[in-house]
Amino acid sequence: MTEKNLEPELTTEKNENEIANRDTIGLNQKQIILRRFVKHKAAMGSLVVLISIIIFVFAASGFQLGKNGDTLSIPGWWPYSITDIDPEGAVAASCNGGVTGCPTLDLAPAFIDGDGIQIGQHPFGTDIIGTDYFALVMRGAQQSIIVMLIVGLLGVGIGTTIGAIAGYFGGMVDAVLMRLTDMFLVTPTIIIGSVIGFRFGSFGVIPLALLLGFFAWMGLARFVRSEFLSLREREFVDAARVAGASNRRIIFKHILPNSIGVIIVSGTLLMSGAILAESALSYLGFGVKPPDVSLGLLISQYQDTFTISPWLFWWPGSLIVSIALCVNFIGDGLRDAFDPRQRRHLSFKDRMKAKELSGKKS
Amino acid sequence: MLAYISRRFGMMLVVVFGSSFFAYNLQAYSSNPLSAFGESTALNKDFLVAKMIRDLQLDVPPPLRYFSWLRGIVSGLWGDLNLGLTTTNIPVSEMIAQAIPVTVRLVITSTFLAIILGVSVGMITAMRQYSRFDYVMTFISFLLFSLPIFWVAVLLKEFMAIQFNDFLRDPTIPPHVIVIIALIFGLVIAGFVGGTRANFFSVLGGVSVFAGVVLTYLSASHWFLTPSLGIFGVFFLALTNAALVIQLISGLDNKKGLRAGFGTAIAIAVLYYPIQALMPANSSFLNVIAVFVITIVVGIAIGYFVSPIDRRVYIRIGLFTALISTFPILVDRFLREFAGYMNSDAIAGRPIPTLGQGNDLLTEEQLSNFWISGLDVAVHLVLPTVALTLISFAGYVRFSRGSLLEVLNMDYIRTARAKGLSERTVIVRHGMRNAMLPLTTILVNDFAGLFGGAIITEGVFAWKGMGQVFNDAIRNYDLNLFMGVFMISAFLTVMANFVADLLYGVVDPRIRIRK
Repeated sequence: MTEKNLEPELTTEKNENEIANRDTIGLNQKQIILRRFVKHKAAMGSLVVLISIIIFVFAASGFQLGKNGDTLSIPGWWPYSITDIDPEGAVAASCNGGVTGCPTLDLAPAFIDGDGIQIGQHPFGTDIIGTDYFALVMRGAQQSIIVMLIVGLLGVGIGTTIGAIAGYFGGMVDAVLMRLTDMFLVTPTIIIGSVIGFRFGSFGVIPLALLLGFFAWMGLARFVRSEFLSLREREFVDAARVAGASNRRIIFKHILPNSIGVIIVSGTLLMSGAILAESALSYLGFGVKPPDVSLGLLISQYQDTFTISPWLFWWPGSLIVSIALCVNFIGDGLRDAFDPRQRRHLSFKDRMKAKELSGKKS
Repeated sequence: MLAYISRRFGMMLVVVFGSSFFAYNLQAYSSNPLSAFGESTALNKDFLVAKMIRDLQLDVPPPLRYFSWLRGIVSGLWGDLNLGLTTTNIPVSEMIAQAIPVTVRLVITSTFLAIILGVSVGMITAMRQYSRFDYVMTFISFLLFSLPIFWVAVLLKEFMAIQFNDFLRDPTIPPHVIVIIALIFGLVIAGFVGGTRANFFSVLGGVSVFAGVVLTYLSASHWFLTPSLGIFGVFFLALTNAALVIQLISGLDNKKGLRAGFGTAIAIAVLYYPIQALMPANSSFLNVIAVFVITIVVGIAIGYFVSPIDRRVYIRIGLFTALISTFPILVDRFLREFAGYMNSDAIAGRPIPTLGQGNDLLTEEQLSNFWISGLDVAVHLVLPTVALTLISFAGYVRFSRGSLLEVLNMDYIRTARAKGLSERTVIVRHGMRNAMLPLTTILVNDFAGLFGGAIITEGVFAWKGMGQVFNDAIRNYDLNLFMGVFMISAFLTVMANFVADLLYGVVDPRIRIRK
C-alpha cells in the first residue's frame, strides 16, 4: 500500500468512529447502556414477546396462592380450569377420523380452508378425557414462569451477597466462602434438585422454587467475586477509602454499581437455566406433581400420544422454548449493552457515508 | 509444584467431605426407606422392617451414620472400597460398576462431535462476525440452547427414527426433497466458505448441484438398503479431509503440504482393498487398532519422505490425514453389514430403534460378528447422540466464538498482521491456538458434568446407566446407592477442576503455578 491511498483509509476509519460515537455524545453511562440495549433488535423483540407471554399467561389462568386456592384467588378470563372436564366438547372437536379433542384454534382465513379465523371452544384441543388443554398449558406456563422468576431472584440475591463479601473482604472470609461455594458446586443441580423435588414437589410450586433457588447461586457468586476482586484494587475505591467511606458505603455505592452488568447478565442465564431445569425435573417426576401441572410434566404425560394427538406435545414444548429463547436473547442484549468495549456495529450505509466524507476531504 | 498439588488435594478432600456430608443428611432426612413397607401386607412385615433397620443401620441418626459410611470410602485407599448395600442387599459398587460403561458409551461420541462441530462453527462465525452466516448460526445456537433435551428426544424419535424406518420400505427420495436438502447443504457450505457475493453463489451452486446429483444417485440405486462408501466414497472423503488438514497446518499454497496430504489420501485409497483382509467377521478391537497403526505409519512415512526440510510439519499433515481418513474405511466396513443386519429377524427392516441400548433378539452368530454387534450398538446410539450433540453444540459455538473474537482484538494479532504474515497464519497460529486456551477449562469441566447431563437422556431413551441407577435410588429412597452416584459425580467434578488448573498452567506459559 502506498502513502497516497493510506490517507483516505485512515480518515475513513476516523469518520466511522465519529458516526459510531455520534449516538453517545452527551449521555451518561446509564443512558448509553439503555440506548445500546434498545438498539439491540433481537433483545428488544424478545423482551416484548416475553412480557406479552407473561401477561397473557397470568391473565388467562388467574392467580392462586395456597393449595386449594382458598387463601388468595383471582380468576382468569379463561372459563375452563385445569380440573374441568368437557367430554362432549372433546368429541365435538374430532378430526382425522375420530381422534377426539382436536384444537379448534384456526388462524387460516376462510378463503384457505373455509372455516375462517376462530378460537372455538378448546383452542389447544383437549386431552383424551376432555380436560381443556389451553387451561392446562396456561397453568403450566404460569408455574414455570414463577419458578424461573423466584429461582432467578433468589440466586441473584444469594450469589451477589456471597460473592461480594468474599471478593471484598478477601483472606480468610474469602477462603471459607469459596470452599462453601465449591461444596455446593460439586453437586450437579439435577441431583440436588431431584432430591428436593421428590420430597417437596407436592407442596406446590413456590416452596419448590424457593428450595431450588437455594442451590442455584454458585456460578453467579464466583463471577461476582472475581469482579469485586478486581474492582476493589482500583483507584476510585482507594480514593473513597481515603475519604473515610465505610465498607458498606464502598460496597453499595462504589463497587456494586460497577459490577451490575455481570450480575444482570448471569442472572438472566440463571433464569433460562432455571426454566429448563424445572421442566426437566418435572419431566423426570421430581418436580411439580399432579394434579398441579407444569410444562415439563405436561410433556412427560402426553409424549406417548405424539402420533395420535401431536398438539398435546407441541404446545407446552414451544412455550418452554419461546420463554427460554427470549430470556437468552435478552441476556445477550444486556451483555452487549454493558460491555464498554462494544462499539456500535456500523451498517453498510453508514460505512459508505464515512467513505464518502473522507473522499470529499481528500 | 508438589506443595501446590498437595494443598489443592487437601482442599479437594475438604470440599468433597463437606458436600457429601450435606448430601447424605439431606437425602437421609428427606426420605424414609421403611415407607416401602407402609402398605405391605406381608406376614413377615415386622421381620423385614427389623432386618432392613439392622442392615442399613437405620437406628443410628444420619449424621453419625455418615461416618460409618465414610469409613467404607476411606478404606478404599487400601483397595477395600465399601460403598454399602442397596435396599435390596446388592453392593452399591457392583451396580455402579455395571452402569458406568453404559453411560460412558452414551456420552462419549456426542461429546466429541459437539466439541469438534461447535468449536469449528464458533470460530468460523467469529472470523465472519456480523455476516449473515454469523447471524444465522447465532440464532440457531440460541435456539438449541433453549431446547429441553427430553422434548428434542421425542421429536427425534418421531421424525428421525420412525419416519426414517418408514422411508426404508421404499427408499426413493422425492425430487422436491432432493432440491431442498441440496440447497440447505449448499447454503451451509457456502456460509462456511464465505468470501465475496460471487464467490458465495458459485460455491452454493456447485455444492448444491453436486449434492443433488449424489442424492439422486443414492435414491435411484436404492443405496439406503445396501449402503456402503466403496473405494470412491472413501477416496473422496479422504481428499476432502486432506484439503482441510493441509489448510489448517500449512496452507493450500504450500506444494509440499499438498503432496503430503493428497499423497496420504491416495495411499488410503490404495490401501482400501488390502486392508479389508485385516477386518474379518470375527475381528476384535485389536484389528481396528491394527488398521489405525498401518494407515498412520503410512501417513507419517509419506510426510517424512516429502521433504527433508520442515519434516515435522509434513509428518503432521500425513499423520492427521491418515488418522481421520481411516474412519471412512471403518464406517464403510460397518455399513456393508447393514443389509444383512436390517433384514434379520431381530430388526425386521426397522433399523433405527427409539429405545434401549442393544437388541436382545440378535442371534449368537450375529453377536459374535464384531461388525454386526458394533452396528447394533451404533444404531442404538444414533438418537441419543444426535440429541446430546444438538444440546451441547450451542454452548461450544458461543464460547469459542467469544474466545476467538477476544483474541483477534489483541495487540499481538495486529503485530502478526503488521509483520506481513499471511491471514491464514495469523488466524490459525496466533488466533485459534490462543483461543483454545480458555476452552480447555470448559472441556474438562464438561466431561465431568456429563454424568449429571446423562440422567435425563438415559431416562428418555431407556438406557440402564448411571442415570437409571440414580433414578432408582431416589424413587426407592436408597441412601447408599444415591451416595454412590453422588460420590462419582462429585469426585469427577473436583478432579476436573484440578486437572483444568494444572493443564492451564501447562498450555499457557503466562500462568505460573505458585511454588
